[in-house]
Amino acid sequence: MYIQTNTSNVPDERGYFGAYGGRFVPETLMPALEDLTTAYREAMADEEFHKRLAHLQTTYTGRPTPVSYATRLTEHLGGAQIYLKREDLAHTGAHKINNALGQALLAQRMGKKRVIAETGAGQHGVASATAAALLGLECHVYMGSVDIERQKPNVFRMQLLGANVIPVESGTKTLKDAINEAIRDWVTNVRTTFYLLGSALGPHPYPMMVRDFQSVIGVEARQQMLDQVGRLPDLCLACVGGGSNAIGLFHAFRDDETVDLIGVEAGGRGIASGEHAARFSDPDVSRPGVLQGTRSFVMQNEDGQILNTHSVSAGLDYASVGPEHAYLRDLERAFYTYATDEEALHAFQLLSELEGIIPALESAHAVAEAIKRAPTMPADSIILINMSGRGDKDLDTAMKELNR
Amino acid sequence: MSSLQAMFDNARAEGRPAFLPYFPIGYPTYDESLDAIHAMAQAGVDGFEIGIPFSDPLADGPTIQAATQQSLENGTTVRACLQAVRDLRERGVTQPMMMMSYINPLLAYGADRFAVDASAAGANGLIVPDLPPEEAGLFAEACQHAGLDLIFFLAPTSSPERIRLVADRATGFIYVVSLTGVTGARSQLPTDLTEFIGRVRQIAEQPLVLGFGISQPDHVRQIAPLVDGYIVGSALVRARTVDQIRHLARSLRAAV
Repeated sequence: MYIQTNTSNVPDERGYFGAYGGRFVPETLMPALEDLTTAYREAMADEEFHKRLAHLQTTYTGRPTPVSYATRLTEHLGGAQIYLKREDLAHTGAHKINNALGQALLAQRMGKKRVIAETGAGQHGVASATAAALLGLECHVYMGSVDIERQKPNVFRMQLLGANVIPVESGTKTLKDAINEAIRDWVTNVRTTFYLLGSALGPHPYPMMVRDFQSVIGVEARQQMLDQVGRLPDLCLACVGGGSNAIGLFHAFRDDETVDLIGVEAGGRGIASGEHAARFSDPDVSRPGVLQGTRSFVMQNEDGQILNTHSVSAGLDYASVGPEHAYLRDLERAFYTYATDEEALHAFQLLSELEGIIPALESAHAVAEAIKRAPTMPADSIILINMSGRGDKDLDTAMKELNR
Repeated sequence: MSSLQAMFDNARAEGRPAFLPYFPIGYPTYDESLDAIHAMAQAGVDGFEIGIPFSDPLADGPTIQAATQQSLENGTTVRACLQAVRDLRERGVTQPMMMMSYINPLLAYGADRFAVDASAAGANGLIVPDLPPEEAGLFAEACQHAGLDLIFFLAPTSSPERIRLVADRATGFIYVVSLTGVTGARSQLPTDLTEFIGRVRQIAEQPLVLGFGISQPDHVRQIAPLVDGYIVGSALVRARTVDQIRHLARSLRAAV
């Protein structure tokens, strides 16, 4: 079994993780979400579905992805041993393919020939376009025009894969607005269309389904640590935008009491600047609310209007966060911190120079936290970082930022 | 008898469905939005859907997105929208007013506080497009205490089970979405409306108010035999001046 299904008791029947989650959408979509939940449950109970997904994971995605020991980074930091879960080596260069393949198989199973997706950094768009090409589905990807500008290679990649990339000019022209447009498309074409949502966000069952499809990361990594090192890590680190790579890693470790889980949000230009996407670190502008179908922490003004966010990494530049992260934080099972643009860019360079691995700017946020923590930890302790994606897509941005 | 019920009774007695225009507060400015609503009240419309702007209106098409965005840029707050209802009452608007808002600004204001303040301002009900009955517990209670009707939606995709769920909980009326899609004027109405409304009528006894896509007197004549009321939004928002809004409201009101 390659997917860790609902072994825990969250979410409940209504899609709640404690006080977070739920299904806040227009009535037009409610029947579609009910159908999707039923179809997902049926697929999860079907051995054939698991076999097909497992087969694709092995023969197409290239799973399991390895765990690499970061020798020179460990030496350089002089503390905890650092291991990297190499989702950057998955086909398409990021963890997003895990969820995209799972949902695309589900779309096919439901007889939906048209899939739509939103994308921020472009990685989920590329993964969706890839899965659609593989399975012969029609694919439309909504992407904010600001993100199109900063992620051009991924736009061309999606087009090459046969997807139609639709620029979104409304609002802040980033991920949030792309999701709005995708939802508007879904409301309009709900009878024929499968919405392939890319993060552990949105109305139930998406946060659960995306977590389950991404949980392969943690399931593999946990076993790999036991096989390669003989024990579990002391700390797991992952960046958190919507939070799908983080929940995918954390889920397998949730009952391992000795393993600390820390999610790293985008600190942008610093919390005091107000230009960030640190939903858990700035109580002045972030508190529980409802955005795009789910109740979670939301960056908003006192009047409930959603605030503009900023991050050097498009994939973390979002005003809300997956509801299960809010729940894990309430339980104090996971903790959340942030890395600034500057810290992430430094980590981006350091990992490239010391390990020959160019991380996605998103993943570089997790590396930045390791840079802060490793020197304070004993030499026999272990940090496992989810290297959620590779950084080729970010070269333009990095060149501009680093040459400033 | 509630004012909404009286509204439906009056329209029915005249052999026509009730007309409830939508208009957002703060567009193009606070004063002009009130002038537009006041003008429509004088033109004899039956009730109002008063829009509170939201930064991420995912059920709205481009016209209302742009208008509410401008309203936000003008600094419109939830508090200002409640003040608008008070101001309109003072200016002699007597028709039922339903506040329309997405859920997050209401949560930020506080469910209980909003219901109490909206009722005190003179509003009669609340329409929340991203609040299905499953999630409405808190607001339903707050609205009930404050004497507001909380309006639920049905869509062409709603199953018989969902129609029953909404019929069990709805007060005031049921907002029936004419098509699968977002708000916005359409040149033609969907062809399966009769069948869809028929499915709803078999289960629900509440008045049915149709919205989304209605923009012309001809549309109103088509739907008049089917429903108890109709909402027009984008077509009115697109009209440039108060005179044009008054003129369009009149023709939509007089269509039947």
